[in-house]
Amino acid sequence: MSCTDIKRRDFLKTSVGAAAVVIAPGMLLFDMAHGKTEPVSGKVRWGMLIDTANCADGCTECVAACNKENGLSGGLASTDAQWIRKVELKDMRTGRELALPMMCQHCEHPPCVDVCPTGASFKRADGIVLVDKHLCIGCRYCMMACPYKARSFVHEPLHDQNPDVPRGKGTVESCTMCVHRVDNGQQPACAEACPNKSILFGDLNDPESEISRKLRTVASTQVRADLGLNTGVRYQGL
Amino acid sequence: MATNFSTKLRSPLYYTLVSIGALIVLAGMYAVHLMEDHGHIITGMNNQIVWGIPHIFAIFLIIAASGVLNVSSIGSVFNKPAYKARAPLAGLLSIAMLAGGLTVLMLDLGRPDRIIVAATNYNPTSVFAWNILLYSGMFAAVAIYLWTMMEKRMYPWSKPAGFMVFIWRFVLTTGTGVIFSFLVARQAFGTAILPPMFIVISFAWGMAVFHIVQSTIYSWNKISLDEYVQKRMRNLMGVFVIAGLYFVSTYHLTNLYFARQTEFEKFILLDGGVYPLLFWLGYVVIGNLIPLLLIYHPALGKTKCVIAASMLIAMGGFSLLYVLIIGGQAFPLDIFPGFEVHSTFGDGAIGAYSPSLPEILLGLGGVGISFMITAIGIRVMDFVPHEIPKTH
Repeated sequence: MSCTDIKRRDFLKTSVGAAAVVIAPGMLLFDMAHGKTEPVSGKVRWGMLIDTANCADGCTECVAACNKENGLSGGLASTDAQWIRKVELKDMRTGRELALPMMCQHCEHPPCVDVCPTGASFKRADGIVLVDKHLCIGCRYCMMACPYKARSFVHEPLHDQNPDVPRGKGTVESCTMCVHRVDNGQQPACAEACPNKSILFGDLNDPESEISRKLRTVASTQVRADLGLNTGVRYQGL
Repeated sequence: MATNFSTKLRSPLYYTLVSIGALIVLAGMYAVHLMEDHGHIITGMNNQIVWGIPHIFAIFLIIAASGVLNVSSIGSVFNKPAYKARAPLAGLLSIAMLAGGLTVLMLDLGRPDRIIVAATNYNPTSVFAWNILLYSGMFAAVAIYLWTMMEKRMYPWSKPAGFMVFIWRFVLTTGTGVIFSFLVARQAFGTAILPPMFIVISFAWGMAVFHIVQSTIYSWNKISLDEYVQKRMRNLMGVFVIAGLYFVSTYHLTNLYFARQTEFEKFILLDGGVYPLLFWLGYVVIGNLIPLLLIYHPALGKTKCVIAASMLIAMGGFSLLYVLIIGGQAFPLDIFPGFEVHSTFGDGAIGAYSPSLPEILLGLGGVGISFMITAIGIRVMDFVPHEIPKTH
């Protein structure tokens, strides 16, 4: 074997090694950035049951957790995004008072998805209603159509976003049921943060899930049930 | 007449007017730049009043663009020669106002740079998506119609083209009304009366815009409109105004009958501040009663009265849209019927809205575009009505 052949072989070995060292981390990051590749299962329907009797007056832990998790400013101006809010209610006939957290109700038949011209508003197979930030043109028709006032429009340029929760100036957004956490087997931030465990998150389609078992035993309500939207978020004691 | 008129169009006054129009368009473009740069925070719109003044301008222009074609339809479809002579001008005005309205609508988007997404990603259940086809198709339909009227070889096709436009604009205005009809949960909207109401008011507003433009052209040309034609068109506009008022009254009376809607009607008609004021003074008195007096009073009804009536009808139109669209959003959504509600997100509270200068400039920019297209259109092509001897 000539000296030139050995040099060539060494050169090739070094090149392949160097290429692997350079490319491998990139491939790893690429893989991580893309997350899971398998499609979401339509056998699952994620939902929540909120016990209003346990929802403490004045407590806004769920709101704070949502803001932190999703990188929202927490501002309360009419142009600020609020994905979840505490609503205080008083029955006009009886005077009974209660409070509850209100967010996207993740309808089975979401009006926001029906009206969206580009299909940016969509419902995942597992029932979570989302906005595709790349398709949203910012027409705000979904905000007009939502019966729950669940959506916010990003009125200003954004800074310091949470990489897991991309947002964009000039697009519409709302509660994602913390889809990035749910896909990792975690609970939505609000459910985890509630000190009284008033927000029960789970699979409405699984008869053995805690949420399904509880829904079988307690009286629950869908907000504006008359609209027939079959919401994924249900309330107890409303 | 044509020579005289084209000379007038080369006068300094013409160029001054076109320059003013161009300046208004430029101001609108600057407003768009500001809105792009800062976001919608510099407008008066917010998370409760999501559609504001730009939408009022856009919807007025689109509705009037459809209504103005009534003039051509009466000529082509119903064979009235006095209107036939005016059909090309009506077609030009329709294209001009449609272009102005759509530009405003498009530039008010949060991401106007993504307009191509609206063309490439199409949600078939969205009435907005249907309207993208209806609006762009309208341009094509009116352009073909104008071609059949202005090119001698195409004259035989003028009637079928006119019929196509006649059908198309009905569907288009229905589509515009349906944008609001399909809003199931809002007290102001979600009713099937809105599309026919929009069609009828489009006749009145379109006719008003036509009268204003036609009278301007005639007075510029120092000729007077044939009295017979004047009377026919004036009376027709009066009928449309009455029909519009009928639809608006029916809308409110029906709501008043429903217990769940009375609070909303009380807000719009009585104690909602600017909204009742605009409804009663802006729409009913200025937009209907005074114009009807100007049109039908035996001592009035002359050219100046008709121009004044037309301008007031247009102002009434803006008032009605402001009350319907902005008032409709200002009244809080009834998410929890039977409960008094309060939250940090405006639940149970009347939404506040005060239009800002950039959004007003954007809306005016749309009017500027319509003006420019009309002014340049009549300068470069023969859109001026050629009077045909009257036929009683």
